[in-house]
Amino acid sequence: MSKYETVIGLEVHVELHTKSKIFCGCSTTFGVAPNIQTCPICLGHPGVLPVLNREAVNFAIKAAMALNCEIATHSKFDRKNYFYPDCPKAYQISQFDQPIGENGWLDIEVDGARKRIGITRLHLEEDAGKLTHDGDATLVDFNRVGMPLVEIVSEPDLRSPAEAKAYLEKIKSIIQYTGVSDVKLEEGSLRCDANISLRLFGQDEFGTKTELKNLNSFRNVERALQYEEVRQAKDLDDGKRIIQQTLRWNEETNEVKVMRSKEQAHDYRYFPEPDLVSLVISDEWKEEIRSSIPELPDSRKARYIKDWGLSSYDADQLTGTRNVADYFEQTVQAGADAKMAANWITGDLMGYLNSNNVEIHQSKITPTLLAGMTDLLQKGTISSKIAKTVFKEMIETGKEAAKIVEEKGLVQISDEGAIRSEVVKVIQANPQSIDDFKNGKDRALGFLVGQVMKATKGKANPQMVNEMIREELSKL
Amino acid sequence: MAITKTEVEHVANLARLTLTEKETEQFTDQLNRILQMAEKLNELDTTGIEPTSHVLPMANVMREDEVRPSLPLEKVLLNAPDQKDGLVRVPAVFEG
Repeated sequence: MSKYETVIGLEVHVELHTKSKIFCGCSTTFGVAPNIQTCPICLGHPGVLPVLNREAVNFAIKAAMALNCEIATHSKFDRKNYFYPDCPKAYQISQFDQPIGENGWLDIEVDGARKRIGITRLHLEEDAGKLTHDGDATLVDFNRVGMPLVEIVSEPDLRSPAEAKAYLEKIKSIIQYTGVSDVKLEEGSLRCDANISLRLFGQDEFGTKTELKNLNSFRNVERALQYEEVRQAKDLDDGKRIIQQTLRWNEETNEVKVMRSKEQAHDYRYFPEPDLVSLVISDEWKEEIRSSIPELPDSRKARYIKDWGLSSYDADQLTGTRNVADYFEQTVQAGADAKMAANWITGDLMGYLNSNNVEIHQSKITPTLLAGMTDLLQKGTISSKIAKTVFKEMIETGKEAAKIVEEKGLVQISDEGAIRSEVVKVIQANPQSIDDFKNGKDRALGFLVGQVMKATKGKANPQMVNEMIREELSKL
Repeated sequence: MAITKTEVEHVANLARLTLTEKETEQFTDQLNRILQMAEKLNELDTTGIEPTSHVLPMANVMREDEVRPSLPLEKVLLNAPDQKDGLVRVPAVFEG
């Protein structure tokens, strides 16, 4: 056990999924050719004026509410000044002292323990351009300049890399539920910087922190923080001072490297943006947005456990994304048993979707179709083994389970006479197993059941087969 | 609250400006006189007056979220010092 306590704070940037940019009408489509979604406004040509996109404000308020923030009544924009090739105006329009949201929180769960993490603020700003390095030059794509972005700053409440990862996963999930962003790390619509420092347990003051950048996956966030945790502890043990600096995570070498600072000492010289008037967010406006927020993952998870008796693990699996949670609820509404639906969705369905890279709402098995299959299973029309076959057919063709069962003659044999005649045949054909069974070898029973299932092509009701074999054997 | 030469040098550096010794002295003097003029505002009693971030008596000027045509790429690149495959090419900046 280390004598140091780790203190982590995260800064998360989320690109809002509006159709047009925050201050101009350029499209926000991802992955198009360089510099074709730019105009005099986002390129910062002289004499142009920004006009705020209403939807960007709506989305920022919605995200802030979902993260339990207090929403500002008066908010405004400020200029953050810096010279760098990703920023054509030489300032970024951001928010300094009147952010859209403040004092929020979210709950994380690590190793079964729940913990509340504070959110200092959420503010609205414009994104910067994308730089790529090309030998002795830097290449700039301005398509991303002016994409609406929210920056979400956590309190320094996180105490381990695992907590940091859980926090990020929760933010991603909550924002994804609200629909204001597609939160794709691989496309850069969710990005994260981390601050980390160590202090002796029991010490009140924070230690000197370092800032980690270029953390482009949840795994990298965790690994970079683990690396930095060890590095700082070693330096402290060796009596060295920690230097406050920005470090860049290199995912190839699994090391951090000191970044040349973008602007000395964060001297951004903020001042109110003269080209934009302030925002007044009325109670009516707030209520309109609040009523559009769907039930969020924590609340759904609690409900699945309480009302439907699901395990915490299954409830987590089902509430990770809104599409899956909606799908599950629709399946239950269509009449499926909740536990059965949960098992099929988290098992066979997710397995298929993941390996075929299909989204659940695009699946050929609709909630109604899945409920139709679990219904047959519950009534005993098909066995769980047959259900697997039916499922495979359904997901390829989108046919109703009942139809597949009928077409392929998969109805479970629950007719006593039919099963008993198969049982008798199997027992007669396997005298060795009878002896084994009498000598107390339970394996023999399993073997005989297997033989009957094989003879009936898996269609016999396994429970009935089991009972009848015992009956017949006891008669001998 | 006088501004020093060091501060002028710092601000010039942030703005990527190279100043001669003479210019630094000249701007230090000029900036100090500008600040002195602004200082006069402190003589006003502003008790009970909300800070003003904008002089226009307006709020919530917004547009609907509609896509409008962007500039054609040739025009975008007209002001670029150099380009490569549609990207603006500038002297290297190092990120580490």
